[in-house]
Amino acid sequence: MGGVAALWPFVSQMNPDASTIAAGAPIEVDLAPIAEGQDIKVFWRGKPIYISHRTKKQIDEARSVPVSSLPDPQTDQARVKEGHDQWLVVIGICTHLGCIPIAHEGNYDGFFCPCHGSQYDSSGRIRQGPAPANLPVPPYQFVSDSKIQIG
Amino acid sequence: MSGPSDYQPTNSALKWIERRLPILGLMHSSFVAYPTPRNLNYWWTFGAILSMMLGVQILTGVILAMHYTPEATMAFKSVESIVRDVNYGWLLRNIHASGASMFFLAVYIHMFRGLYYGSYKEPREILWILGVIIYLLMMATGFMGYVLPWGQMSFWGATVITNLFSAVPYFGESIVTLLWGGYSVGNPTLNRFFSLHYLLPFVIAGVVVLHIWALHVAGQNNPAGVEAKTEKDTVPFTPYATIKDAFGVSCFMLFFAWFIFYMPNYLGDADNYIPANPGVTPAHIVPEWYYLPFYAILRSIPNKLAGVTAMFSAILVLAFLPWLDTAKTKSSKYRPLAKQFFWIFVIVCVLLGWLGGKPPEGIYVIAGRVLTFCYFAYFLILLPLLSRIEKPRPAPNSIAADVLAKTGSRSTPMVSTAIAFALAGALFAGSAQNARAADHEEVPPSQKWSFSGPFGKFDRGSLQRGLKVYKEVCSACHGLSYIAFRNLADAGGPGYSVAQAAAFASDYKIKDGPNDQGEMFERPGRPADYFPSPFPNEQAARVANGGGLPPDLSLITKARSYERGFPKFVFDFFTQFQEQGPNYVDAILQGYEEKPPAGVSIPEGAYYNKYFPGHAIKMPKPLSDGQVTFDDGSPATVAQYAKDVTTFLMWTAEPHMEERKRLGMQVFVFLIIFTGLMYFTKKRVWADAH
Repeated sequence: MGGVAALWPFVSQMNPDASTIAAGAPIEVDLAPIAEGQDIKVFWRGKPIYISHRTKKQIDEARSVPVSSLPDPQTDQARVKEGHDQWLVVIGICTHLGCIPIAHEGNYDGFFCPCHGSQYDSSGRIRQGPAPANLPVPPYQFVSDSKIQIG
Repeated sequence: MSGPSDYQPTNSALKWIERRLPILGLMHSSFVAYPTPRNLNYWWTFGAILSMMLGVQILTGVILAMHYTPEATMAFKSVESIVRDVNYGWLLRNIHASGASMFFLAVYIHMFRGLYYGSYKEPREILWILGVIIYLLMMATGFMGYVLPWGQMSFWGATVITNLFSAVPYFGESIVTLLWGGYSVGNPTLNRFFSLHYLLPFVIAGVVVLHIWALHVAGQNNPAGVEAKTEKDTVPFTPYATIKDAFGVSCFMLFFAWFIFYMPNYLGDADNYIPANPGVTPAHIVPEWYYLPFYAILRSIPNKLAGVTAMFSAILVLAFLPWLDTAKTKSSKYRPLAKQFFWIFVIVCVLLGWLGGKPPEGIYVIAGRVLTFCYFAYFLILLPLLSRIEKPRPAPNSIAADVLAKTGSRSTPMVSTAIAFALAGALFAGSAQNARAADHEEVPPSQKWSFSGPFGKFDRGSLQRGLKVYKEVCSACHGLSYIAFRNLADAGGPGYSVAQAAAFASDYKIKDGPNDQGEMFERPGRPADYFPSPFPNEQAARVANGGGLPPDLSLITKARSYERGFPKFVFDFFTQFQEQGPNYVDAILQGYEEKPPAGVSIPEGAYYNKYFPGHAIKMPKPLSDGQVTFDDGSPATVAQYAKDVTTFLMWTAEPHMEERKRLGMQVFVFLIIFTGLMYFTKKRVWADAH
């Protein structure tokens, strides 16, 4: 019992330290400058976050596909905030082995990972390749119509 | 370690020590009197070679750690400072970096040797398992060491490998965060990897002691696979094994020196000369060649968790080998089927290594699955089956009988196996480069360079003209931040005097400060200053260049490469071809075409370049005829400019290249004489043992 307790500090010290945690606090991003069809990459907790201003075509594509046919079934509606359907916010880290996918590439008008060839659609859902899951959606909310807070 | 020693020192001081700590007796019984089978072949010298490599890696590593800075913003630069500014730093770094590859090459030969001659069988199971533990520790150490230079491959290799642990159900994410010490690979990760990279070699050394202990308890296995019974079967370790090992080690050092002095980047990846950038993933993330077979196994399985499990199992299965192969005959020499399957297994491993360097698509995926199956089938199906159905040929009664029986033709199998291993090594080595073959780009033509080959030197005139081209053209957008003005007067450089370098420096305005008023100010450059970069930061550079980032040119000729393809890269090893970088830079500078060919569209703000990957380059055609005038009457043509500036940039990438090649020649002359002496001494010593 005492041995395990004595071990804990030696394991726990490996976790992110206080300054790293503090630097990982929520950030605000202004969406106004992002034109339709454009996307930007911001960094939060050292991770690239893609914010896409999707076109009507991209949204329709994402919503017309039967959910049950997807490797990691999830509706597009579940991955965006209601009323802000044109905005897709995802963590740009391939769920396979952590590479950064390239936006606006691949066969699904979404993301393409150059490392092992995973392809994500315009909703950031995995469609093809070795990645097991969809690109994760980070915790975020709209603080106003043109501003979001990530974290 | 082989029972109580009868060693009795005659010197009274040594007697005094021996009575209190019998270390001399231990040394004597382990490394002098220790009986070693008299029929050992040269594959048995790899134990000594590995001990030497461990010593070399620890020595060079400890010294490098004295100069290296384990901090994310400074690590890359500190490695460059070691190579450029520390006395013989380039040598130490080359030894340590290619030493890692040599270490793995030797360990693979050592492992295959054990596999072929059944060295894992009773009573050497623990010896073998300790070996597997050493191998695992080596893999961890090698991986963490590769992260330390903090180049693009370091960073992304670390990201991919640590992410393997995210496959663990439920706890995956927490484990990865724990490993990183942050939310992504970053400074805390680098720090702990450095700490562990320093620690683990000593742990390896400890397990090596256990490994040798176990070896000396069980006694060495031998090519006949029969245990030593009488004194006729063995010879004392010294001088017989000592001199044979010394000869083996010096041959290996010749091979090693070829990499250190002539091909230091042959086994490396050009991308690792680009500083780590968390925002850009290299097109192909390829681990070092010695991990490629396992990387291929990982990728051949479509399910992430299963892939990771398969990869680790591929190593762990080795530990169970003594219980998978239960055949009584140890040596495959007397097992007609096992022998053939052994070689098939070697080929499977080599092919897996080759696949590990290929992009995971199409036929490669299918081939990877087939070979992964073969790999596991060898251990889990074939070996257990063979031990039941195979009829071995009779093994000799004793080692002495084995020695007597083959005093005639015994070099033939050695030669064929040596060739097989050479081919295997070459294939492995090349596969790393193969990985970059995805795009079918135009290959830059090979130019004639004054600095190529074992005696290559920089053409001073070309370096001076190249500096002029850089100063008048390239420096408008590209930095040269690792080069100081003082370097212009260095030996093996453009050949300026110290006064000329100082005068050159004073033409530049350098930002300094703060002064006593607390303000920054500008002053003329001094020899110790570095070439100033044209933009204050990356963002400013991108804005000024239409979103493109003009790369710093200090390392550009080492940071760019292209696919050579099989079998060219094999010949490259012998011809010392390593001018991919200069060929590429030269080709880019001359590869502009006014109109892209039909069917190729170039986006707004980009230009067509025949040799640029993807062809759309943001840099407008930088050079045109007559733009720079030379005082020495060299033609003012783009071809000449390109050649000169590339030569100059090769020098900026490796200022000590001439010294490296000069020292290499001296080392080779010495090593060849030394190896020859060792060979003849060995012959003399062994003359009466055969």
